[in-house]
Amino acid sequence: MAEVVLKNLSKSFGSDVGIADVSMTIPDGAFVVLLGPTGAGKTTTLRLISGLEKADAGEIWIGGRNVGSDTPAQRDVAMVFQQYSLYPHLTVRDNLAFPLKSPILKTPADEIARKIAEVAGVLQISHKLDNKATELSGGEMQRVSIGRALVREPLIYLMDEPLSSLDAKLRTDLRVELKRIQASLGATLLYVTHDQIEAMTMATHVGVLNEGRLVQYGSPREIYENPNSLYVASRLGLPRINILPAELFGGAPSGSTQIGMRPEHIRQGEGQDATVRRVERLGDQTRLHLDLQGHAITTVVDPHADYTPGAQIKIAPRDPLYFDARGQRVL
Amino acid sequence: MAQIVIRNIRKDFGSFNAVRESSFTIEDGEFFMLLGPSGCGKTTTLRMIAGLELPTSGEIYLDGEEISQLPPSKRDIAFVFQMFALYPHMNVRRNLSYPLVSQGMARRDVRAKVEEVANILGIQNILNRPVGGLSGGDRQRVALGRAIVRDPKAFMMDEPLGALDAEFREHMSEELRALHDRMGATTVYVTHDQLEAMQMGDKIVVMNNAVVEQFGTPQQIYDKPATMFVADFIGSPSMNFLHFDGVVADGATNVDLNGQTMAVPRNLQGASGKLVFGVRPEHVTLSDAGGYRGEVLAAEYLGTTQIITLATPNGEMKARIDSAQVAKVGETVGLNLNAKTVTLFDESTGQALRSELNDEVLADG
Repeated sequence: MAEVVLKNLSKSFGSDVGIADVSMTIPDGAFVVLLGPTGAGKTTTLRLISGLEKADAGEIWIGGRNVGSDTPAQRDVAMVFQQYSLYPHLTVRDNLAFPLKSPILKTPADEIARKIAEVAGVLQISHKLDNKATELSGGEMQRVSIGRALVREPLIYLMDEPLSSLDAKLRTDLRVELKRIQASLGATLLYVTHDQIEAMTMATHVGVLNEGRLVQYGSPREIYENPNSLYVASRLGLPRINILPAELFGGAPSGSTQIGMRPEHIRQGEGQDATVRRVERLGDQTRLHLDLQGHAITTVVDPHADYTPGAQIKIAPRDPLYFDARGQRVL
Repeated sequence: MAQIVIRNIRKDFGSFNAVRESSFTIEDGEFFMLLGPSGCGKTTTLRMIAGLELPTSGEIYLDGEEISQLPPSKRDIAFVFQMFALYPHMNVRRNLSYPLVSQGMARRDVRAKVEEVANILGIQNILNRPVGGLSGGDRQRVALGRAIVRDPKAFMMDEPLGALDAEFREHMSEELRALHDRMGATTVYVTHDQLEAMQMGDKIVVMNNAVVEQFGTPQQIYDKPATMFVADFIGSPSMNFLHFDGVVADGATNVDLNGQTMAVPRNLQGASGKLVFGVRPEHVTLSDAGGYRGEVLAAEYLGTTQIITLATPNGEMKARIDSAQVAKVGETVGLNLNAKTVTLFDESTGQALRSELNDEVLADG
């Protein structure tokens, strides 16, 4: 495994910006997640690193080597796509063996057998090795396609929303599994998603992309607790952070125009009067939708708290975040 | 508006049984969710209420009138499909007017009604626009408007938000619920998304394999699941199941879990054999003490909270704890399970054992 360094990387498609001036270091053995909505440049970054696209400007260093002019095969990366692409006429075993039989790797047969047994064990598909790929469930197929990357020992794994086509339960299981696999292999992994839960739960480092730019890069905890902009603050946290005019509660630092209050960071019993509009009982938590001087606010309370629409409560921020007119954090 | 009573309804497609004798009541003005995995019979149930399928047996009452064999047009129910179908060659106003014009309503009344509905939905400013150029949200509002203009007794919605991306879906679900709160129309809504059901519904019916598993408010279903299926399907992460072999006496207030005495709500029916101890992740706390122990396998950071996966003598379990608390992978920790919230199940039937906690809810359901 290896460290990957991006230096001032840019790529446009005609007049559309793919990514613009992205610099980041993916440390050896890190699980880095790129988070952003559709069109933020996540997949473009992956494709540039893998060599499927050529950068307009900037450099890509893998394991201390500038790979700008290398072909995808020479770069020694393994990619997993959102849509699993298996050979339907081959068994699971042959699908897993395929990458190892490539002319570049030319792996000996006993080594292939050992590798497949190991990866199948890790992914819990050992009992399906002799099944045809088409006889698998969606979750199993995606595990096989992840397995096809894992049988190799590339310098970095690149994964493009590999869990997004799976149902909720399976996604939850595979999240834990994937993180365990990455940690046990000590693999360097760059993972792209628009799902904040995946980013927070799996990553050692999260990079938040906005319109092709890397706007913040740090541990999930840093990004959640210390976002540098309104944009980043809104990307992490469920329900979403409440954004209101800064002066609503008083005490706003100078230069700030907006206050951000996470739903779980709202105190009750003091501060401003708000009216309960709606009560959502989600079981493990109850969400209150409030109206405060015409502003909608969501807060989270104890699941068995007894509120009804129309009730009046007082609220005040706890650990609020302030932002200026351009959406930059004000400290 | 209307109350809908479903009594012993059944639907067979040839030899395939899609819905088995199901009964529940949708009260006037309720936002009612039919929830379950694909193939559970929820859409078939909805289509029977709307009249798009005729039940093999059983009755459906709309405001006291038995309607199960009436054609859809005689039921006064509006149906909103997953894929919103609009007439592409007409503008928004004509799309909204069409259902009324085809009913033979006077032109002036149509105009007034369309204005009223456009007002409710906040689409007055796009009435004269062609539907082709509308955003996804506006298309959806127009489609809803077409269902609303007729003033039906009830609305049927089949995963209306299913095709949307997560962010937009969240926004539309809030809008839909707010619209319901303004109009108070009885709404039956099909979804496979448990969070959506909990968020939007006044009541939920959970279906699985053609059978109603449970019927109640979101909080009842979450806190007092009637079956292992419901306990597993509702909640994320879902309820932990600790499997054990044992005996629970009628009146017992604890069980033996791998040699440890665990308090439970007073049992009211007694059972023995293969049993399951069910506890939700947020009711598991980690401590240094505690005789019941587990090894930390993984920690998932979620901001304010984190999810800890543990290996216990009775199987894997998850705990939702404060993210400030430290839990190191590989460490063995004591586990406290909040006794008041525990549900015991009979593993062979999957049914919850009756206890002080759930007696009232199970008696209803």
